[in-house]
Amino acid sequence: MKLELRFFASLREALGVSQEAITIPDSVKTIADLRTHLIERGNPWAEVLAQSKVLRCALNQVMVDASTPLLENAEVAFFPPVTGG
Amino acid sequence: MSIRIQEKDFDVSAEIAALRKGDPRVGAVVTFLGTVRDMNDGSQVKGMTLEHYPGMTEKALQEILDQAKTRWDIYQTLVIHRVGPLLPEDQIVLVVVTSAHRGEAFAACEYIMDYLKTAAPFWKKEDTPEGARWVDARVTDDAAMARWTKK
Repeated sequence: MKLELRFFASLREALGVSQEAITIPDSVKTIADLRTHLIERGNPWAEVLAQSKVLRCALNQVMVDASTPLLENAEVAFFPPVTGG
Repeated sequence: MSIRIQEKDFDVSAEIAALRKGDPRVGAVVTFLGTVRDMNDGSQVKGMTLEHYPGMTEKALQEILDQAKTRWDIYQTLVIHRVGPLLPEDQIVLVVVTSAHRGEAFAACEYIMDYLKTAAPFWKKEDTPEGARWVDARVTDDAAMARWTKK
């Protein structure tokens, strides 16, 4: 499956990446699976996306929880809890 | 319903006038204006930069305004949120709601702000004497949003 990843704010800075096109193996089916898959890359991914960190995720620009299934060609964004207003 | 994300400042009076113009049903206009404080979490704030997620920001705000319109008897809604570099005293966010009576407009305006604080993808990075730092989300913001779902 192909995905377009996006990273914002402190995650973008810590990873040094704002956007990345990736192809994931069939075993990666949900947002949670994707997070684990990225953590397996090692640092800085492992540290920045560590399960102990409170992160938010959006699938095709809608906030979703970790159990949400991924979709072909979806835009998946990871970011810290929002602080606007 | 109107949503604008912009770097430039805005004129509150002009925005209110434009929103209620030509609608004689309106008897109440409630406005929330958020501004930049010079102090946060015990540190002096010299300035800040606001980042957002173009595309998702507009969608999230649209969803919030749609929900408000469903819950309360309101006419027009406007949200303006600034992004980019800002200084203390600068205007950050404006929410305006019009309705026939104040009760509906007050409630809808507060609801829109509470949801914006937790669901709209904006992030603040503050410039302090100790260096630049990303602002942490507040637990009180989640609590403020949660009270709308308990009813």
